[in-house]
Amino acid sequence: MPSAARLPGLWPRPRVRTRRDALPGLHLALGATILWVGLLVVLPLLALAIRPWQDGAAPMLAALHDRRMLAALELSFGSAALAALVNLPLGLVLAWSLVRTRLPGRRIVDAVIDLPFALPTAVTGITLATLYGPHGWLGAPLARLGIRVAFTPLGIMLALAFVGLPFVVRTLEPVLRDLPPELEDAAMMLGAQRRQIVARVLLPPLLPALATGFGLAFARGIGEYGSVIFIAGNQPFRSEIAPLLVVIRLQEFDYAGATSVGFVLLLAAFLSLVVISALRRRLSRGLGGGETA
Amino acid sequence: MSRILLGLATYVIVAIVLLLPPVLVFTEALRQGLPAALATFADPDARAAIQLTLEMTALSVVVNTAFGILAAWALAKFSFPGRGVLLVLIELPLSVSPVVAGLVWLLLFGSQGWWGDALARHGITIAFATPGILLATIFVTFPYVARTLLPLMQRQGRDAEEAALLLGAGFWQILWRVTLPGARWALLSGVLLTTARAMGEFGAVSVISGHIPGLTETMPLHIETLYNGYQTVAAFSMAALLALMAMTTVALRGILERQADKAGASQAGADKAGGWA
Repeated sequence: MPSAARLPGLWPRPRVRTRRDALPGLHLALGATILWVGLLVVLPLLALAIRPWQDGAAPMLAALHDRRMLAALELSFGSAALAALVNLPLGLVLAWSLVRTRLPGRRIVDAVIDLPFALPTAVTGITLATLYGPHGWLGAPLARLGIRVAFTPLGIMLALAFVGLPFVVRTLEPVLRDLPPELEDAAMMLGAQRRQIVARVLLPPLLPALATGFGLAFARGIGEYGSVIFIAGNQPFRSEIAPLLVVIRLQEFDYAGATSVGFVLLLAAFLSLVVISALRRRLSRGLGGGETA
Repeated sequence: MSRILLGLATYVIVAIVLLLPPVLVFTEALRQGLPAALATFADPDARAAIQLTLEMTALSVVVNTAFGILAAWALAKFSFPGRGVLLVLIELPLSVSPVVAGLVWLLLFGSQGWWGDALARHGITIAFATPGILLATIFVTFPYVARTLLPLMQRQGRDAEEAALLLGAGFWQILWRVTLPGARWALLSGVLLTTARAMGEFGAVSVISGHIPGLTETMPLHIETLYNGYQTVAAFSMAALLALMAMTTVALRGILERQADKAGASQAGADKAGGWA
């Protein structure tokens, strides 16, 4: 295929060729990119944005008042937030061990942290359901203590915590690495107490990283499907997550119902993406500042 | 004292939260011995599922790699109006729920979708057939190659490319001979991420596939069918195979990154979570 730069007739060239435009291939590469993004991302997402309003606003508004949907959304957002919250201390422990200590087996720990990323969600789903099920390795002893995990909202939170943990660890790690231990030593020498060191010296630089990790885990949790549905129990109003409701509505051929839930999920995803990228920008600024200080 | 407690806490979290699940997969698969586990793969539906997963993964990797390279080239080497919007759009599929990633294709190609009926009259079915599965898989793995290549290509700058241009190289020559050789680690890393994610995709494919055993069931969907049919050993054997495939791919990426770090070719390892999120 000839390059775009050699086809002046087809591709209008800029009249003034500044140095920045000297490289060839912009038109071809950009054209291909727009085609790729347009057909595979923009078009389907547009369908989701337009479709709910296609039959007028009434069915959409009615769907938004569907109590089952509200319950599912509440459960999804609530358990995603809780799971992300639980992951903050766990992630901090793991990240701290990796960065600040010379723990034996550190390399194995480092490799194992990405396991939730590597395990396909359906595998995670059936595994957690078996592990925490009434006869499972962890489910049976917990049941004797009177704690039921599988087929309850607790199970949902647990599955979301599992898939979200690496996000928190991997966000905290680089920030901790750039935080010189000397700061704590200096604070201690200046007479600061342990509590003061944590609150005044450690927490402020870690806060944006903790928020980013929380955001990433939360965003993943809202939409998570495969790792949750096997352990969830899936009872309407109790343990039915929003993504599952999309699937159920589709099986009922209720496209309007499925689309309204999907639309809310998409909106939430978009908002979290905006917030997370803003946080990440702050984070990289913070890191840059740390290097110059 | 607190050091020891911290180390202990780390080991407990790693063992119970992270290690127990994969150990359970293999234990459950081998509960009735290796022959029983292997018998799973003799089933024609299981074989069809494995084949379909491999095909869909390969096709998704090809499409997203080809376009990912071109997108990274345009975004890294040039500045143009709308660049930021394009970046956001490329990232967007990663934050979308897998179920939504399947739903959107049904809205276009399902029986109640915009074009489903029209295409069906011409004998083209996309929903509840392999083309739909492919579209869903491409969607969920969309950004990986582009976003692993982009930061590296930006760091490379434009000097080598401009020198090649002065020496008379064309676009494809520059891309193939100058830019990509310097970015090969990042490219491979992106390809491996795409592969791992494509093999394991469940939610998106589940919505659009129609779950027809032997025809539109990928490995993750087949695992669900077996598990819900109380064929525990078969379900976990299939899960063990899929987990092995995915974990090998991810481990390969880890080794690769260490190699690249040694070679000084990549600083991409600094933001590990960035690869996934």
